[in-house]
Amino acid sequence: MTKLDELFRFSQSALNLHAYRQQLIASNIANADTPGYKARDIDFASALANAEAAQGKPQLPQPAGESAPLGAEILYRSAVQRSLDGNSVDLDIERAQFADNAVRYEAQLMFINSRIKSMLAAIQG
Amino acid sequence: MSSLFSVFDVAGSALTAQSQRLNATASNLANADSATSSTGQPYRAKQVVFTAQPLPQGDAVGVRVTDVVQDQSPPRRVHDPRHPLADATGYVNMPNVNVIEEMVNMISASRSYQTNAEMMNTAKTLLLKTLQIGQ
Repeated sequence: MTKLDELFRFSQSALNLHAYRQQLIASNIANADTPGYKARDIDFASALANAEAAQGKPQLPQPAGESAPLGAEILYRSAVQRSLDGNSVDLDIERAQFADNAVRYEAQLMFINSRIKSMLAAIQG
Repeated sequence: MSSLFSVFDVAGSALTAQSQRLNATASNLANADSATSSTGQPYRAKQVVFTAQPLPQGDAVGVRVTDVVQDQSPPRRVHDPRHPLADATGYVNMPNVNVIEEMVNMISASRSYQTNAEMMNTAKTLLLKTLQIGQ
């Protein structure tokens, strides 16, 4: 692995996890009115730590169609107020998490962009 | 494919489902006073049934309307002896539509629709920003 790959590896796995989490929260919001649906999410910190720990080791290629990034384990969110139809989605929490995750995704993009800029500055002098 | 693209599929399925729910509500409210129909019976309130539907790829779960059920509660009986459909006791069978419930349903459906449309916009913004990496 070259130095350049090394430089972007962390950002890449973080970005992948954010995109994956965005998709899970979108599913929760879409199913806010579905009876019996349970809200799902990942623990971002531990997922990122797992992904980082697994990097650098030889890995089997992920099968096609498998979208879960390395180290992400799906958990069920415990509901603050249970509803009678068995749905555990709290729309306020989900919307807040969706916005939070979107901002973090954008922040990660900014980090990547500024890293590219500083690399270009180093190359061009 | 990026996980962010499946946000479009998920939100799209929810938009379809919520607009179907809104359709059912509109039909219920429009027929809240339809004392008769093509079957000769008063109109019965219709409700949609939402079911979680996993996408063919990945862990995202969309939503789909799998059934439209008719409310089986008894018709509302109104005393109006001059009504052409009144029975021998002067009562008319009116639809079992609860207008208050339908109004609440309508607000809930339109709010959910808005949320999902916003979600699509956010995903679009994120994807466009991703395309601009390094520019």
